[in-house]
Amino acid sequence: MTSPSDSTPTARPNGRAAFAAVVRREFAGYFRTPLAYVFLAVFNAFAMALAFFVGNLYEAGTANLDRFFLYQPWLWAFLAPAAGARLWAEERRQGTLELLLTWPVTVWQAALGKFLAAWLFLACALLVTFPIALTVGYLGSPDWGVIANGYLGSLLCAGACLGLAAIASAVTRSQVIAFVTGFLACFVLVLLGYGVFDGLLVGVLPDETVDVIRRLGLWRNLEPFTLGLFDLQPTVYFLSLAFAGLGLSTVIVERR
Amino acid sequence: MALIEAKNLGKSYGALRAVHDVSFAVDRGEVIGFLGPNGAGKSTTMKLLAGYLRADAGTASVAGHDVAEQPIEAKRHLGYSPEGAPAYGEMTVREFLRFAADLRGLDAPAERVRATLDLCRLTDVAAQNIDTLSKGYRMRVGFAQAVIHDPAALILDEPTDGLDPNQKHEVRRILKDMASRKAVIVSTHILEEVGELCTRVIVIAKGELRCDEPRDRFLARGADLNQVFRTLTA
Repeated sequence: MTSPSDSTPTARPNGRAAFAAVVRREFAGYFRTPLAYVFLAVFNAFAMALAFFVGNLYEAGTANLDRFFLYQPWLWAFLAPAAGARLWAEERRQGTLELLLTWPVTVWQAALGKFLAAWLFLACALLVTFPIALTVGYLGSPDWGVIANGYLGSLLCAGACLGLAAIASAVTRSQVIAFVTGFLACFVLVLLGYGVFDGLLVGVLPDETVDVIRRLGLWRNLEPFTLGLFDLQPTVYFLSLAFAGLGLSTVIVERR
Repeated sequence: MALIEAKNLGKSYGALRAVHDVSFAVDRGEVIGFLGPNGAGKSTTMKLLAGYLRADAGTASVAGHDVAEQPIEAKRHLGYSPEGAPAYGEMTVREFLRFAADLRGLDAPAERVRATLDLCRLTDVAAQNIDTLSKGYRMRVGFAQAVIHDPAALILDEPTDGLDPNQKHEVRRILKDMASRKAVIVSTHILEEVGELCTRVIVIAKGELRCDEPRDRFLARGADLNQVFRTLTA
């Protein structure tokens, strides 16, 4: 074996190299099994089904995708925990967490790398739906800025759900438990402000309280993006959930 | 300067005192046989030295770098293979070693991977997924990731556990070849390994150091090493 000097490895501490290596491994990891392709297909199929059969996108006769984006919190509530369940639970199950954290990488670099890779994977799922935008463009003259804004909002919503999934994955070695816990947490956020649930609260709680509850839900925060409005408040909401989840999951892993 | 050093190390899990006031130092050229019954605190001590667990008391250092204060520097100089040699099973052996090389920021990573595959006699299975390998090969993969950066300090938690005699011989041969240039700690249940591989023996039981002496003095304690072990760990 070609050896460097006896006591000094050739490498210098390089946080960026370690971070990049984690991102590459994690992102590629999603595509190592057929599950990733099933995931992308399921996301695409349900996104279309919700838009056309629930949102009546075609019958609406307008060249925009607001009805397509509006139902995506349901999809992310299910699929972000599915993609995020492996973040830490799989490392614990395989015993590789011990390996990873005894290599020269900080917990924060590893956690950020994993989170970013998962978010990129969810972005791929969103990218797969792009033919629907092209179809709307073919049938009418949509405002592409509004559509781009919708995609941005959906991606931010996915990050928020992934934050919750990361916490769920950090507390268990079972991917199934991580998925179910993550899904339930996201489901609660979908319900806040959703029609039926919202109807139950109106009249029982003061209007101001109901409005605060609505503002805490995914639904209300995604809405401005689907209408082409770029608002700072929902952006901060989604990013806060994403980074709070990332931070809390990292602290949990760090306190091993 | 000792390459691996434990000073008054202590670690508890709730009311259970896993490691208590353990101190020793390992210099270049030494191969420590780390012995003790199951649950004695061997793995916990190794995890503390490797920086996976945080000590409640005392300090651990690798190549002069405090594991708690300068973890990245310490981990650069350390090769560590946890018990059972965990690895990312869905990766091929080559991909896994390349990941280890990239994460460590090694120069010429492809060449490093090739040389390590060669050293650990893994070239034939380089393209195979790790979870399709036999236990013997998996243990060698764990060993390979620990030596890919040619570290000054090596900590191996039961590296020959579950291997057949030929595979054990192979791992010991590789370790012997590199032992003169490194400080090595090897935990084992196989007492015969002490005579064949180690220069010094440390025995730990109930979280406490029971014996730290050169191999020959340990072997001179009695012809029946099992009896010696039982007496020391009682």
